[in-house]
Amino acid sequence: MLETATVDRNESMQSRRNRFGMRFGDPIFRSVTLAFTVLVLLILGGVIVVLFDGAWPALRIFGPAFVWTSGWNPVTEHFGALVPLVGTIVTSVIAMVIGVPFSFGLAFFLTEICPHRLRQPIAIAIELLAAVPSIIYGIWGLFVLAPLFQHYVEPFLISTLGSVPLLGAFFQGPPIGIGMLLAGLILGLMVLPFITAVMREVFLSVPPVLRESAYGLGATRWEVAWRVVLPYCRTGVVGGVMLGLGRALGETMAVTFVIGNAHRLSMSLLAPGTTISAALANEFTEADGDIYTASLVGLGLVLFILTFFVLAIGKRLLLRSTKGTLA
Amino acid sequence: MNRAVVKRRHRNDKIVTGISLLMTGFVLFTLGAILATLLWNGVQAIKPSLFLESTPPPGGEGGLANAIVGSLMMTALGIAIATPVGVLAGTFLAEYARHSRLAETVRFINDILLSAPSIIIGLFVYGIVVIGMGHFSGWAGVAALAIIAIPIIVRTTEDMLSLIPDALREAGAALGTPRWMVITSISYRAAFQGILTGVLLAVARVSGETAPLLFTSLNNQFWSTNLNAPLANLPVVIFQFAMSPYEDWRELAWGGALLITVAVLALNIAARFSAKQKARS
Repeated sequence: MLETATVDRNESMQSRRNRFGMRFGDPIFRSVTLAFTVLVLLILGGVIVVLFDGAWPALRIFGPAFVWTSGWNPVTEHFGALVPLVGTIVTSVIAMVIGVPFSFGLAFFLTEICPHRLRQPIAIAIELLAAVPSIIYGIWGLFVLAPLFQHYVEPFLISTLGSVPLLGAFFQGPPIGIGMLLAGLILGLMVLPFITAVMREVFLSVPPVLRESAYGLGATRWEVAWRVVLPYCRTGVVGGVMLGLGRALGETMAVTFVIGNAHRLSMSLLAPGTTISAALANEFTEADGDIYTASLVGLGLVLFILTFFVLAIGKRLLLRSTKGTLA
Repeated sequence: MNRAVVKRRHRNDKIVTGISLLMTGFVLFTLGAILATLLWNGVQAIKPSLFLESTPPPGGEGGLANAIVGSLMMTALGIAIATPVGVLAGTFLAEYARHSRLAETVRFINDILLSAPSIIIGLFVYGIVVIGMGHFSGWAGVAALAIIAIPIIVRTTEDMLSLIPDALREAGAALGTPRWMVITSISYRAAFQGILTGVLLAVARVSGETAPLLFTSLNNQFWSTNLNAPLANLPVVIFQFAMSPYEDWRELAWGGALLITVAVLALNIAARFSAKQKARS
């Protein structure tokens, strides 16, 4: 065996090409891979530079107040990011309110209750939900959920919650189906598989001894999940939620279909609104005038900074909780 | 121990179990409902003309041929660009610089890019390629899709290469093989299935992307394979047709939606299958 290897090697050393490979192959290959690694860094840097550059005409005029002024008037060329920004945050918060308990329920089901044989198929089905393109959620929301909302869900909400003091302000106005609430619901459905996947993995990272000792003391499955598993991997769960939030903030097509695209600030969740991504998708190619385009790019910049921080925090928390095995 | 307390605890457990079961059922039902809606509305649009004719004006007869071809071209080219970039960058992270400062940073940035809003990538490519060329073009769409695919491929390549035991690499090195040959003929060969999974997942992700194409390849009503001009593509056509008031356009949109979903889900399942084979071998 040793002999063959030596012979092989001697033979291969004969060719000049191979000697070149032995000598220079390594530095060349290393620098090529290094170059592409740096390219990944440059892309992110490039995104920030290009967005800033594109938004500059608007930022120069409006200053930092661009972020917190409302108003979106292409005729007088007066723009502020407040309305889409609030829309983005409100829809994402609704998405989290719906998505997080569901994700927890699913992760609880998949790690504690579900028979082992069914775990894998159900987990795969949930992951397929994440694979469905966002535009599909959009048309499904618009043609299936919106009519349901308009005729059943929203009239019900208006007649029940609408008359409750304080809370009622969120459920006012005519039931038209599309609006913040529907957008938030669809977003919740879309981010749910991501949060579930992270939660499931952090739940499984809990040392079996902890779980077993709790069961040994007579704890029920729910008590184990709520009092042992969840406190143990709190950081990881929050990290997963942040990653989901990061996705919800930037989701575009599904929201564009069902948000209604109204540059208007409204207390009611049933009213149409807009989000940064929906405003971009709807208006960018139709924007005329430098300030209009620059303001839209400015919106993109605000969105990018927001998601960057949310994702970065989520990532950090996950790294801390699992020491780098996840996310 | 108090009997009532035990009883209450068990009742709570049952209630929560029931709720989580309902939640799971609801989510699975939603997946089923989405697929059923797509089938129900999309099947009638699936006929030969869908694949043979280009997008019609409202009220006219037509199909999605130009959009399908445009999507295939842009996806294929985008992946063709992203695969070498992603695989090589992933190689650097897993083989050369596992714990260096640079690798930690790139890993972090890559994960941010992985979940960054795709519409932002669209804006980025618009700012560079579209403004640079002076017009919307298929190439801009290719660039946008490639940038979205790169982080996915980097991530899976790195993960898969890290799974290869170091003993294999050391065995290669002990024979006097240079590092680059160890990587190309040992690590890559061992991780091939896994890297392929990553590429398939990237194809699946990219082929449904709509938002970044809105500002880059835009759309084209007519048959065209010219990458220097606006190029039709399925997602944007679906978006425009579904939002339109015309019944026949909406029908085409459903047909396109069904096509894309079937393709994306099939790719995902194929990727999973290839990953599973890897795990078994």
